[in-house]
Amino acid sequence: MKNQSITLLAAATAMTFAVNAQAKTLVYCSEGSPEGFNPSLYTAGTTFDASSKAVYNRLVEFERGSTTIVPGLAESWSVSDDGLEYTFNLRQGVKFHTTAGFTPSRDFNADDVVFSFKRQGDENHPYHQVSGGSYEYFNGMSMPDLLKDVVKVDDYTVKFMLNRPEAPMIANLGMDFASIMSAEYADKMMEAGTPEKVDLEPVGTGPFQLVAYQKDAVIRYKAHPDYWAGKAAIDDLVFAITIDASVRYQKLKAGECHIMPYPNPADIETMKADADIKMLEQEGLNVGYLAYNTKMAPFDNPAVRKALNMAINKQAIIDGVFQGAGKAAKNPIPPTIWSYNDATVDDPYDPEAAKAMLSEAGVSGLSTKIWAMPVQRPYNPNARRMAELIQADWAAIGVEAEIVSYEWGEYLDRSKAEDRDGAVLLGWTGDNGDPDNFLAVLLGCDGVGGSNRAQWCHQPFEDLIQKAKVTSDVAERTALYEEAQLIFKEQAPWATIAHSVVYMPVRNEVQDYRIDPFGGHIFYGVDLAE
Amino acid sequence: MSTTVNTTAQAPPGPLREFWLYFRENRGAVAGLIVFVLVCLMALFADMIAPHSPTQQYREAFLQPPFWAEGGSSRFLLGTDAVGRDILSRLIYGSRYSLIIGTIVVSLSLTVGIALGLIAGYVRGSTETLIMRAMDMMLAFPSLLLAVVIVAILGPGLFNAMLAISIVYLPHLVRLTRAAAITELGKDYVTASRVSGAGTLRLMIITVLPNCMAPLIVQSTLSFSSAILDAAALGFLGMGAQPPTPEWGTMLAEAREFVLRAWWVVTFPGLAILVTVLALNLLGDGLRDALDPRLKRQ
Amino acid sequence: MLRFVLHRLGLVIPTFVGITLLTFAMIRLVPGDPIELLAGERGVSPERHAELRAQYGFDQPLLVQYWDYISGVLTGDLGKSIVTKQPVLDEFFTLFPATLELSTCAIILAVLIGVPVGIIAAVRRGSIFDHVSMGTALTGFSMPIFWWALLLIILFSGILGWTPVSGRISLLYFFEPVTGFMLIDSLLSGQEGAFTSALRHLILPTVVLSTVPLAVIARQTRSAMLEVLGEDYVRTARAKGLPPRRVIGVHALRNALIPVITVIGLQVGVLFSGTVLTESIFSWPGIGKWLLDSIARRDYPSVQGGILLIATTVIVINLLVDLVYGLVNPRIRHHR
Repeated sequence: MKNQSITLLAAATAMTFAVNAQAKTLVYCSEGSPEGFNPSLYTAGTTFDASSKAVYNRLVEFERGSTTIVPGLAESWSVSDDGLEYTFNLRQGVKFHTTAGFTPSRDFNADDVVFSFKRQGDENHPYHQVSGGSYEYFNGMSMPDLLKDVVKVDDYTVKFMLNRPEAPMIANLGMDFASIMSAEYADKMMEAGTPEKVDLEPVGTGPFQLVAYQKDAVIRYKAHPDYWAGKAAIDDLVFAITIDASVRYQKLKAGECHIMPYPNPADIETMKADADIKMLEQEGLNVGYLAYNTKMAPFDNPAVRKALNMAINKQAIIDGVFQGAGKAAKNPIPPTIWSYNDATVDDPYDPEAAKAMLSEAGVSGLSTKIWAMPVQRPYNPNARRMAELIQADWAAIGVEAEIVSYEWGEYLDRSKAEDRDGAVLLGWTGDNGDPDNFLAVLLGCDGVGGSNRAQWCHQPFEDLIQKAKVTSDVAERTALYEEAQLIFKEQAPWATIAHSVVYMPVRNEVQDYRIDPFGGHIFYGVDLAE
Repeated sequence: MSTTVNTTAQAPPGPLREFWLYFRENRGAVAGLIVFVLVCLMALFADMIAPHSPTQQYREAFLQPPFWAEGGSSRFLLGTDAVGRDILSRLIYGSRYSLIIGTIVVSLSLTVGIALGLIAGYVRGSTETLIMRAMDMMLAFPSLLLAVVIVAILGPGLFNAMLAISIVYLPHLVRLTRAAAITELGKDYVTASRVSGAGTLRLMIITVLPNCMAPLIVQSTLSFSSAILDAAALGFLGMGAQPPTPEWGTMLAEAREFVLRAWWVVTFPGLAILVTVLALNLLGDGLRDALDPRLKRQ
Repeated sequence: MLRFVLHRLGLVIPTFVGITLLTFAMIRLVPGDPIELLAGERGVSPERHAELRAQYGFDQPLLVQYWDYISGVLTGDLGKSIVTKQPVLDEFFTLFPATLELSTCAIILAVLIGVPVGIIAAVRRGSIFDHVSMGTALTGFSMPIFWWALLLIILFSGILGWTPVSGRISLLYFFEPVTGFMLIDSLLSGQEGAFTSALRHLILPTVVLSTVPLAVIARQTRSAMLEVLGEDYVRTARAKGLPPRRVIGVHALRNALIPVITVIGLQVGVLFSGTVLTESIFSWPGIGKWLLDSIARRDYPSVQGGILLIATTVIVINLLVDLVYGLVNPRIRHHR
């Protein structure tokens, strides 16, 4: 049966694309609908897959399958000694897409870069308010405070001026929100009175151009024939939107798609055994944690936090919640990130010692809460189940825990409160591969009452990460971050639970698909065997 | 002596006995009753019957298949779920939740529905219009969608799901009661007791209500079974009982990711729902036939 | 007849106004914050949060918000989705044809099978056919359809591989939607095999969605038919020696179908409930799944507009059924 359906598929392919017998169509069973096609307006990874990763380029990019920064639309760049001026030399001869609604009259140049950033940063820019005008990532990365100005020096030179030095700046410019759009297209649409078309019918410089989008059903792209890095090996790219993971697997088996993201942890073993499917895997750039409220007694005592950490059986969590698709975490940053300190020693699973430590700290009959998120996240496939396991573990050392949960928006909001009762399960997926993106955001003093769910402000740690933020030498930064991780472990504001392993089942005919550590899905460079 | 015997034999059987005579002729209904009684017993004696605790996690036995399948053991007859809990025990305890759901939804919606229906049927005028228009409005919303929105307002959880379902069931009961009440109110015996000075409340509850009971009883059994189905649907959408509660719909929702790998975690809770609901519906059909005077005489 | 139509229309208008009020009120009561949801783990600063609230008009007094909403509704503007930033009306109408196609097919299947089965069961009352078909109908009526859908997928798509798992048509066929109905569009496209593909994709969702209405229709047809068969005029017709086929086909059937029409009308609401579950399991790009997602994302304008439009659809269909009923059954018309 399986073979038959593949033959049918092949026959049908030949039929439909009879014009070009060699046309290769790659079908990706995506997990959801994009919010839209302008990556600067949205925050979901699904949106980035459909927009920035396929349609657009950035000044700098991450090398496919790694967190290394490589030139994108900028061929080279330099930073002034005070760290306040970044000068980019732009690539020449880069073509924008020619679509049904727009034919570019010029190549990519500095105007496009200035447009792309001014639209987001300058409230008086004519495009600022178009399509709702909220640029959450731009705001989230503190760009309004950081970016003084973006200036065109000449057609192929752009200068970014900052208000203060920021070591992760280049990495930030590789993020999705920093995608470069066509200023010429924007002007044309503004003249025509339809500025929102820029966000609906995207024109970029990327490897694929959008052909059609049927909401909640399918997105179709074709390869950009004049792509600056060479035309993609596949001719057509199709996103078949399939929300249910078991259904995605069925489609993959039936040959209805070539690649699927986010398999059910439960199906992974079966998939590995399937002869038609190759299972790619890589550790994700994420961390799932349980954050204590370090401002509330007795959790303000590091010994109590450590004792509770020691009572948690992480292996049972990896087996029961991640179905093996995870790796126990000991540091607050994932091992794939530079400066990961492998010398850190994790708290051992030892309920007896934990019990002793608690009574030594004078704590008995402790009762608390475990907050479990209501949604599935890359760093935690089932928070409820994880909470149940931790609850049982803690009960074994005489700590009574109640599991609470709220609607996701409320959960995020309430868990920020400095007087929150209980420990909160949450996690983080890296944006730009910089340790600062984990350590400062999640554990810095500025984040207390916000993204620092442990409400943990520890001066020795804070000094280290602040120093690292303004240091540009990578070796020096690495040393600082490695030390910070040791302090973190000793103080134990979190129980570090796990880094999930990203699994990507692809059919055998798919060649050279690489898992993106940032959790994106990139199809340039992928080929299909005949 | 012989006369007495004759009279007894010819006297019409008492209403309950008559009901039973008709009811037991319907083999499906009797089967439904038996299954329902079994489910009730299972719920009542769950502590004694269940081989394991419904929440105990056996860490050495994640996703173990049922005993007859390869890799199964007689320790867990129907296998275990993703965190090593015994499915059979969870199903047994789950029957409690289904019965509670049915009972609470039926009593809540019946109480409120009958009250509103009687008021509408008795008071008439603008009160009636107001009540009936409100019910019309509710009927315009697809019931599951309305329940989902109500749960979104109240927050997910078993009790809120029951409340939402009760609200959703109101319109039918109100309409039914009102129609029955209006018919009864026009009859002579009501006029008679009204003339003899019976108070409104007495008239409504003691005189009119018992005479509208037959359709309401039938509707109640139907509501009981649909409440179990709807609560399971809400549970499946993650808006009903929250894990680790062994509610059958919630168990299905948790099991959904194992559809291809562990068929038993998906099959058994669904089967439990189907069997219970089917038994209740058979029972409801039997009740209707036995209570409906028109069908009876055929 | 005109008076009857006007009377029914008169009832619809206050219901509609009530529904706008109810949807508006319900949505405001839902806790949760769409802005927090959009920001995710990253979070937004309190200042930015206030800015965004103002932008969506959430900081206005409720009366002002309702006024804006209702004046929007009257001019055909249901606001813009918070998530996609597109007009809610556009989103609804891109997805609605998919739901309509699925529901229409389901109701047609239910009627095509349910009515004849009901008739035969009634005519052969007590036969094996009667017992088996009514037993099956009751099982269908008791079916948790989300579980049923999973079982069918495992069997027909997983093990046997006869039907596709999800979607509306094979991705190999590509054409611009004309009517939004995939069956019609695939024919219009002229692409060979497109229609068959669309049909194959429709089978499982249609079967799942029609399960409950089919059972209800079969049961109702049977009991309506039984009732009519017991009526005097049918007995008379039989006694006169008219052939049974004629008695059933002409005299009994016509009268038995009147209550069945009402039942079919009532199933529309049931169908919409069913689509919420069916669509989310089969990844069917329709309204049910969209509303469920919108509720989860607290996308107020979408939920509010979507529910309003669905309620309106239900009202309109019920109105039509009432009118048809009035046409077929003169007693009702004159009674009112």
